Amino acid sequence: MTAQEVRLCGLLLQEHFGEVVERIGTHLLRGGAQNLRTIANETNTPLDLVKKSLCVLVQHGACEFGSGRRGPGSPVEYRANCERVLRVLRYPRYIYTAKTLYGDTGELIVEEVLQRGHMTMSNTVKTVADRLTHNMEEGRSMEYSEVVSAFSKLVETHFLQRCPPVAEMGTAASSTTPSNPDCYKLPHVTLIGRGKRRRSSDDSEEQRGGKKAKMEVESCGDEGIYWQVNFERFHQHFRDQAVISAVASKLDQTSSEIVRTMLRMSEVTTTQTAAYTQPLSANEIFRSLPPNYSISRPILDQYLSLLVDDPVGADLDSPPHIPTLNLQRALANLARATLESVVQERFGSRSARIFRLLLRKRHLEQKQVEDFAMIPAKEAKDMLYTLLSENLVQLQEIPKTPDHAPSRTFYLYTVNQLPTARLLLQHCYKTVANLIERRLFETKENKRLLEKSQRIEAILASLQASGAEPEQLTEVEEMITAPERQQLEALRHHINKLDSTENQVDETVFLLESYIFSTKTK
Amino acid sequence: MAGLGRGRGRGKGYMSFSIEAVGIGKGENLPPSILQPTPLFPPMEHKPVPLVMGEEAEYMLALKQEFRGNMKTLPFYVRQAVSKKDWKRLPKELRIRVKKPLKENTSLSVDTPVDPKPSKKTRVDKEEIIHKLEVGITLEKKEEEVTSDEEEGEKKKQEEEQQDGEEEYDEEEFEEETDYIMSYFDNGEEFGGDSDDNMDEAIY
Repeated sequence: MTAQEVRLCGLLLQEHFGEVVERIGTHLLRGGAQNLRTIANETNTPLDLVKKSLCVLVQHGACEFGSGRRGPGSPVEYRANCERVLRVLRYPRYIYTAKTLYGDTGELIVEEVLQRGHMTMSNTVKTVADRLTHNMEEGRSMEYSEVVSAFSKLVETHFLQRCPPVAEMGTAASSTTPSNPDCYKLPHVTLIGRGKRRRSSDDSEEQRGGKKAKMEVESCGDEGIYWQVNFERFHQHFRDQAVISAVASKLDQTSSEIVRTMLRMSEVTTTQTAAYTQPLSANEIFRSLPPNYSISRPILDQYLSLLVDDPVGADLDSPPHIPTLNLQRALANLARATLESVVQERFGSRSARIFRLLLRKRHLEQKQVEDFAMIPAKEAKDMLYTLLSENLVQLQEIPKTPDHAPSRTFYLYTVNQLPTARLLLQHCYKTVANLIERRLFETKENKRLLEKSQRIEAILASLQASGAEPEQLTEVEEMITAPERQQLEALRHHINKLDSTENQVDETVFLLESYIFSTKTK
Repeated sequence: MAGLGRGRGRGKGYMSFSIEAVGIGKGENLPPSILQPTPLFPPMEHKPVPLVMGEEAEYMLALKQEFRGNMKTLPFYVRQAVSKKDWKRLPKELRIRVKKPLKENTSLSVDTPVDPKPSKKTRVDKEEIIHKLEVGITLEKKEEEVTSDEEEGEKKKQEEEQQDGEEEYDEEEFEEETDYIMSYFDNGEEFGGDSDDNMDEAIY
């Protein structure tokens, strides 16, 4: 829970849940586990607002509650989960992945569940069906059964999971899938119906119909079974994608297809933190290859041996003819590539050369660096010191004599991959926080202009709906002057750019986080 | 342990480690020492890589902005409650004045066209609104609107009753202070009835 992480979490909470929740969330993140009264007193917030915020945080899984430290009789304590709040940054990626895998229906299901934290299956199905019907043409509506099938597919592939059950006193155990055996079991619910299209003239009928629908929901039979998004599964998917694309760019398309097949076969059997995939025989791979890749058996063997030999590629460990994928090494390689490219972009290609050299050769003296990198002494010195001041490179002393006399000590330059990765990850968090702050600043600066344009849009929309003449419309449009329009355009362009940058920094964050996490669990 | 340079009399440039080992040659110019904090936006030597701008990136951007917008409308967005002023602390005059525009606002928000009338005709106002509300009840479509309007009308009635009570009370107070009836002053003379006793002071 570093300062940068807390700052970023605060900004994310503020944007999505408002300032009150942000205040309470930041307080919890900084202060550890606290009970209700302490929070209310220390943040000077009225008690009902604190209660509301805590409800919101728990609903979205950002906060856990448990019995106090002094035993079962003490008041309930709340703990905020920094990691979970940081996931909010990745929501667009999750939704987009669901779209690519399961189409619009899957996309909307995941979006709804992310927005609400956790939902029952029947609620999700109804809301999604209504939304899809809304976007369809007149006269058509979405069958519940289609949505249900998309939902079940998401559950079968573990993208959605059940929320862990909460005991009476509020002692929610940390949700690990082994302790929750019914995690992926669909409830026996028969949902028959179609999505309702919301028409403005049917308001009163809708309301009466709405009351009826509420009655139906109560008798649906899956009360208390809430579903949430399984982030770990999505992360596994992203990691697989990264490995496959790395293999594709390093070797060729066919080898990437082989790797993809291997990963897909071991998708549901491998746990997220496994270092190796399950051993698969070459025969199984051969049978599971997609039909348009008609390669013969000996060629497949050749490809497999190629993947084994390649030190930087997919990292296949092959005890005789039983290939497995060393995922940990793959992640380490990806992280290393990220570090190298960061150095390259910030300090130039020659500094990057020095950095790569140090990564490969571990420890080098000043003179050796100059020789191996083929860079003149003065410049090499300069670059090394720059890297040293940025903490990307460390100095290691090796004394020759027991009294550590400086003239008789070796000073070696070295790069440690793991601490450097952690450092860069913190830089990334700081970057994203800065981006968000800048975006908020830009929005605040031009608030007057934005509000004016929103008002004018609303007026235009209402005029068009009531069928006004074109002269009135042009008159209203002219209320924004040309330089103001330009300013608005520039503002939108900046905000889009900042937003898009956040998404891309998050990709780096994901890689570094996965790498660091994979080294932790040993 | 390494010993101070000055004490040994080795000269100004003595440092605890040998300079050559680190790589600075003898007599070479070191970079100038820094006298102020580094600038806030230092000039970059290497421009950053341009953003990836593809269909995927644009779609995710749209998703993100839409998500943020949706979150603001959901009940999860907790807003700070508006603080209510303590009316007892403000003088009575301000209270009435503020309530008048309040009354005008509520009357405008009702669907029926009611002109803002001066306070003495408030009772007539109320009756007109009630009449119009009763007419509205017959339309089934506006059933809910009417019920909410009736509620509003009731609220307004209560407010106006309070207001009327106050104004009547104030008028009575005025009447009690002076010994003359209100009609006596209608031809434009001032109110100050008490000051008639003091003939020395000029009447402003």
